[in-house]
Amino acid sequence: MKAVLRLAALSAWSRRLTLGLTLVAIALAVTLLLAVERIRVDARQSFTQSVSGVDLVVGARTGGVQLMLYAVFHAGAASNNITWDSYQAIATHPAVDWALPLSLGDSHRGFAVLGTSADYFARFRYGDREELRFRQGQPFAGVFEAVLGSEVAQALGYRLDDRITLSHGLAELGPEHGDKPFRVTGILAPTGTPADRTIHVSLESISALHLDWVGGAPVPGVKIPAEFVAKFDLRPKQITAALVGLKQRGDVFRMQRFVNQYRGEPLLAVLPGVALDELWQGIALLERTLLAVSALVVLIGLAGLAATLLAGLNERRRELAILRALGAGPGDMFLMLTAEGVLVTAAGALLGLVLLTVASNLAAPWLLDRLGVVLGTRWPGREELALIGAVITTGLVASLIPGWRAWRMSLADGLTPKL
Amino acid sequence: MTALRITDLVFRWPRQAQICLDIARFELAAGERVFLHGASGSGKSTLLGLLGGVALPQQGRIELLGTDITRLGSRDRDRFRADHIGFLFQQFNLLPWLPALDNVLLPCTFSARRRERAGADPRAEAERLLRHLDLDTASWRKPAGELSVGQQQRVAAARALIGRPEILIADEPTSALDAERQQAFIDLLLQESAAVGAALVFVSHDQRLAGHFDRSIALHDISTAMAEQPE
Repeated sequence: MKAVLRLAALSAWSRRLTLGLTLVAIALAVTLLLAVERIRVDARQSFTQSVSGVDLVVGARTGGVQLMLYAVFHAGAASNNITWDSYQAIATHPAVDWALPLSLGDSHRGFAVLGTSADYFARFRYGDREELRFRQGQPFAGVFEAVLGSEVAQALGYRLDDRITLSHGLAELGPEHGDKPFRVTGILAPTGTPADRTIHVSLESISALHLDWVGGAPVPGVKIPAEFVAKFDLRPKQITAALVGLKQRGDVFRMQRFVNQYRGEPLLAVLPGVALDELWQGIALLERTLLAVSALVVLIGLAGLAATLLAGLNERRRELAILRALGAGPGDMFLMLTAEGVLVTAAGALLGLVLLTVASNLAAPWLLDRLGVVLGTRWPGREELALIGAVITTGLVASLIPGWRAWRMSLADGLTPKL
Repeated sequence: MTALRITDLVFRWPRQAQICLDIARFELAAGERVFLHGASGSGKSTLLGLLGGVALPQQGRIELLGTDITRLGSRDRDRFRADHIGFLFQQFNLLPWLPALDNVLLPCTFSARRRERAGADPRAEAERLLRHLDLDTASWRKPAGELSVGQQQRVAAARALIGRPEILIADEPTSALDAERQQAFIDLLLQESAAVGAALVFVSHDQRLAGHFDRSIALHDISTAMAEQPE
């Protein structure tokens, strides 16, 4: 058996160019398969990890999905606000550990403006309980100060201490709050969450912006210059939604009931995980499309692999014939073909994994910056191992079956002088 | 004991009307060295194919060392061939990427009987054969594909001889050599086959080489079919 394996090794070495090509084909197939699979899984992860550590999202009574859409993804508009009193009632509830008020509705060149408390930067978690980090600067301290998400800063070329003016409403060309510019005090690091596309300001700033506005339009003839706003009571009267963290997770359904049955006004509390799942179901078409692309890539990759292996086998026909003429039996032949097949496919799969790791490490910052997809480096999961297994099996079958056929038909080649 | 006995053999290639070989009786004694002569297209290769078990005759028996190989299954025929017959081909059929010495050892790798009969150390036996066949030691470790035609021929001869097979079949093994070296090689082959005690069937279209053999036979004398057949 040792002698046979040695023959297999020498034979493989003599065909190193063809085998090298096969190995590269396998490596590329594995890289491609896993890359598509990873992007698919990670896109979903990025989606479901846009908030973390929040037990309840609270807003005016509406659909759970809709509440998530505007509170977490800052997409769409809230149909109703909740009063500051209701918020206070929830925030001071004994079961509540912390609460973050969210006030939405303004925008800046297509990016959402979020009014919140300064606590937000310390409290907010995304992904695997990661904190928001500042790439530059610090949280807002006073009125008319803003903290930009990474994508906002990159797309619009803003730097610290730049002055920006906000627009009322979500339309890109809505009425301007042109008289009250904001100073950029901080820029966040990329997170792969909606925070990247958000401009964060204080709740007081939101109030100040709207002092001379009534019902969504400036009051004619009334102008309150920025330097006088401090003389007014800037405490918010209403907010759009709130993120709530509990002291004990076990209280979540009790707290949800408290909010949903709140007497002051109709409110809704949703569990973010449940609502995100529901939301993802809604856009499952996207995932199914990615899955179909994955399947096609699998097919094409494996077909290419089989073709490369089949092409290489012609080279071996004479060799197998000679060995059979000299007494090599089916067992010897099986051992030789299998040893080579397993070695090449396994080495190819390994090389593919290395390629994938290198490529994803190189591409991860770009993907995060441009697409907001967090591409993780990790050991292959169960589904990925199954994919690798499929590649190796195909490689083996593609090299064994024709090899076997070649062997069966080869005796005449090895024993007759012509060839 | 006879090395080879053919009785009432009829062979026709598939999808061909004409009979290719029709041999009523042909015998070869143990250790006997026979020159088998036949023109191109006379059925020489077909006969060798039948002896090697590549094809099966429609009728008749082919007994090698008392075993009728036409009655063996294909796996047993492979085994029998590897155990008892040394083949020496016109094209040598060496594995070009394998060192010369390892090519010689191939029969010992796949046949336990040949390995046992090669002595306690098959590698030493392979070296002894190569030395006897005048292959310089520098070439032993080179891949067979890098050797000259004459050197490859010696390697192929050593491979056919190792493990002392009872029957040696040589098919035009000298066609690549000039006349002078042809005779030298044949003498070497005769001497070595005598040394291992093998019966030798030496097939060639060139009758001038027949001189040193025990017996010389023309194929058309033993086969009554005068057939065209695919070479």
